[in-house]
Amino acid sequence: MKREVPLIITAVVGIMYIFQYFVPHEPVSRFSDWFSDWFGIIQAFAIWLGALNLMKLSLLKVARRKKDWMYSLVTIIGFAAIFIVGIFFSRGANFQEPGTRFMFIYDNVYDPLSSTMFALLGFFVASASYRAFRARNKEATMLLLAAFFVMLGRVPVGDMITKEWLQLPHWLWLSNWADWVMNIPNTAGQRAIMIGIALGIMSTSLRIILGIERTFVSGD
Amino acid sequence: MMNTKVVGYIVIAVGIAVFAILAASQGLAVTLGAFFTIGIFSFLYKDNPYYKFSEAAFVGISAGYWFVSLFWQNMYSKLFVGVGAAYHTTFVQGGGWDDRWMMLIGGLLGVLMLMRLFPKAGWISRWPLAVVVGATAGLYFINYFVSNGILQLGASAGPLQRYDAAGNLDLWATISQAILVIGTLSGLIYFYFSKEHKGAFGGVAKIGIWTLMLTFGASFGYTVMSRLSLLIGRMDYLMSDWLQLIN
Repeated sequence: MKREVPLIITAVVGIMYIFQYFVPHEPVSRFSDWFSDWFGIIQAFAIWLGALNLMKLSLLKVARRKKDWMYSLVTIIGFAAIFIVGIFFSRGANFQEPGTRFMFIYDNVYDPLSSTMFALLGFFVASASYRAFRARNKEATMLLLAAFFVMLGRVPVGDMITKEWLQLPHWLWLSNWADWVMNIPNTAGQRAIMIGIALGIMSTSLRIILGIERTFVSGD
Repeated sequence: MMNTKVVGYIVIAVGIAVFAILAASQGLAVTLGAFFTIGIFSFLYKDNPYYKFSEAAFVGISAGYWFVSLFWQNMYSKLFVGVGAAYHTTFVQGGGWDDRWMMLIGGLLGVLMLMRLFPKAGWISRWPLAVVVGATAGLYFINYFVSNGILQLGASAGPLQRYDAAGNLDLWATISQAILVIGTLSGLIYFYFSKEHKGAFGGVAKIGIWTLMLTFGASFGYTVMSRLSLLIGRMDYLMSDWLQLIN
């Protein structure tokens, strides 16, 4: 019961999903629709687990006055605020409509916080670029050149240099080189990586469906 | 000499006063966004209480955001509305079986997922987990097989010669197509580790490394550009939307 049933469920659901691609008709398509809906519902319950766990850890930290407990209090207040507003005071299922209280928090707190978190990476990427783009050998030089063409070719100053200052012919403008690097060598490498990923994911998926890979049922 | 704690309190008081004045003049909503934007940027100085406050708020609000979104989009729309509609069809209208009754199984699996909270019954949460793992494995198998496998191979397998609009051989486009195909194949050969990269095989793998280096350089450059673009966006928010220093 503890191991066999989950393995059977995994195999049945996985095979049905693959089967419905080749036989997109009733009743196979109906099964896959059910599985998709169940997947979504389980996801909604799973976030309960995550949220409850976060709240439990934060509340314990506050109750025991552990180091930096006041920040856990901020986490609890932040969660409670968007939870109460989103569930009770934001027009129900239309909570994402413009003008709801939920969207007020989204636009003025969540969005600035998440955008700035990623924008902050701009500074760290700049220092990482310095280390990565040193032409120590042939491979690093190719990395440097590709990044150089892409970065300079995608901003107006790139074309200003080659077009207006140096007055080079059209095919030597930096924007054209940036496009060529993105469309040809970059696409070639991306394709090799994507095909490699596809082979890896397909073999891992098969191992899971056939019950060879069973780490998710390991434990007690 | 002034105590560090006192200095801290003065800084907080001045900060609150400044934000209060700006909130009154520029609007509460935009000032709230600016408050958290500056809070995250303050990490550039060092890890500090203002940053930690903003980070903790981000953690709580992110969790709440996903909780609320998944509740309305999945739990309410699929489970509650679905079962309610099935009840209406079957019992009120007398229409017999409705497929949406099957959502109850999803609900039951969801409840079983919560069994993880009880150590003795935790093992039963593997059943809904098995649905998630099976569905993900099946879906990924097909999606990657089609989009990453078949479509990419199909796009690479084509004639090398390229012609312009007048029907003449386009030499540059032909060379580019050859580079594309050779780069893809050599990149794949580089990823083949069951044979030692020696001799002719090693030579092709070397070309694969060069192709991958160009790819990583281009991707890295592209990432730098996108991050800087976000940074410019945040600066624009502070300078234009909030302080209205630039139009």
